[in-house]
Amino acid sequence: MTESSFQVAAPRSTPVANPLFEYVLRMGDDRLVLGHRLSEWCGHGPILEEDIALSNIALDLIGHASSLLALAGEIEGQGRDADRLAYFRDAVAYRNALLVEIPNGDFAVTMVRQFLFDAYSVLLWDALSRCEHEGLAAIATKSLKEDKYHLRHSSEWVVRLGDGTAESHERAQHALDAVWRYTGELFDHDAVDDAVAADAFIAIDHDALHSLWLTMVTDVVRRATLTLPSDPAMRRGGRRGFHTESLGHMLATMQIVARSHPGASW
Amino acid sequence: MLSASEVYGVLNTVMDPEVPVISVVELGIVRDVAVEHDAVTITITPTYSGCPAMREIEADIRTALLEHGVRDVQVNLVLSPAWTTDWIGPDAREKLRAYGIAPPGRAEPQGLITLTRARVPVACPFCGSSDTRLQSEFGSTACKAIHVCNACRQPFDEFKAF
Repeated sequence: MTESSFQVAAPRSTPVANPLFEYVLRMGDDRLVLGHRLSEWCGHGPILEEDIALSNIALDLIGHASSLLALAGEIEGQGRDADRLAYFRDAVAYRNALLVEIPNGDFAVTMVRQFLFDAYSVLLWDALSRCEHEGLAAIATKSLKEDKYHLRHSSEWVVRLGDGTAESHERAQHALDAVWRYTGELFDHDAVDDAVAADAFIAIDHDALHSLWLTMVTDVVRRATLTLPSDPAMRRGGRRGFHTESLGHMLATMQIVARSHPGASW
Repeated sequence: MLSASEVYGVLNTVMDPEVPVISVVELGIVRDVAVEHDAVTITITPTYSGCPAMREIEADIRTALLEHGVRDVQVNLVLSPAWTTDWIGPDAREKLRAYGIAPPGRAEPQGLITLTRARVPVACPFCGSSDTRLQSEFGSTACKAIHVCNACRQPFDEFKAF
């Protein structure tokens, strides 16, 4: 990535104690946080079918997060399971990209954010389904099948909103302009990526991924009669635990029951 | 002690809690049965990653085997190979149709997709007409899509190809 940024990207040399744990944690946190955001729409969807769809997608993403965080816990080897990682870490220990934690906004913001993430996620899973790590490849193959349904859904909504009424077009364009600055972080490459490539043979070419993503996004944005933002300034920090204010609020809601009643089951 | 095929017989009575006309075996989620002395190990795979019915299915499998005298039941979960609706056989598809759920078409090949692909209309399980429209690819459960039949005006679920 060559664009300027408001926050500096992690220097490639920053050492990380357990890179594979960190790598899987990042993916798990992306899906847990986005899944929780989508679940906030439950009971508030603009139409019944959409309410059901958003809840379904939330459930899939939380399912992916559950598999990934369980794997991360195994890799870490300190007895933390998926629930422990989800409910007993504070915002600074979360490694999700900023894109997924931004508030839902209106329906257009939610759908544009979802489309930009789905397009990234489908390409990432496709690449990881062929990686050397057996556990991660299994999660990737499984999740890819589900994410393809999500991508079809969100891309169709972006086209429908952008190429819809004057108001839906305006809101979709506003959403794209507001969300775009959080997309650069998805394709950052740092010491963690270097280490997993060297140690675990999980080597994702982020530049190639970015270029495929941009092709897909450009095509949908064009069909939606929207304009791709030209502002190159990107916000980043989530991968190193520097989050926006919103994540803490979200986690407070998400974690309150588990923290108030540790070990409870129902 | 039950043999492996007898265990399969018991599992064939354990119904999918969300689609109670097909068993967990017919659904294709039972991947392996291993019998050793008094212990039975069942390997299952989830339909969808976030399917909330998996825990119930696991409990139902355990209960059914305990009722048949098996004392030690172990249920393992595997993700690979990923579950596909292509593992649902012709008899089970007919049961779905009779229950009012359109059976799944062929699953998409692995890998990436074309976003502008035209959809093949799904035949109405009630009147058989192919004049139907997709209402939403996300339905009452993760595995179903909602369609409406233009011929008989009946909304219906499709067990979506996966």
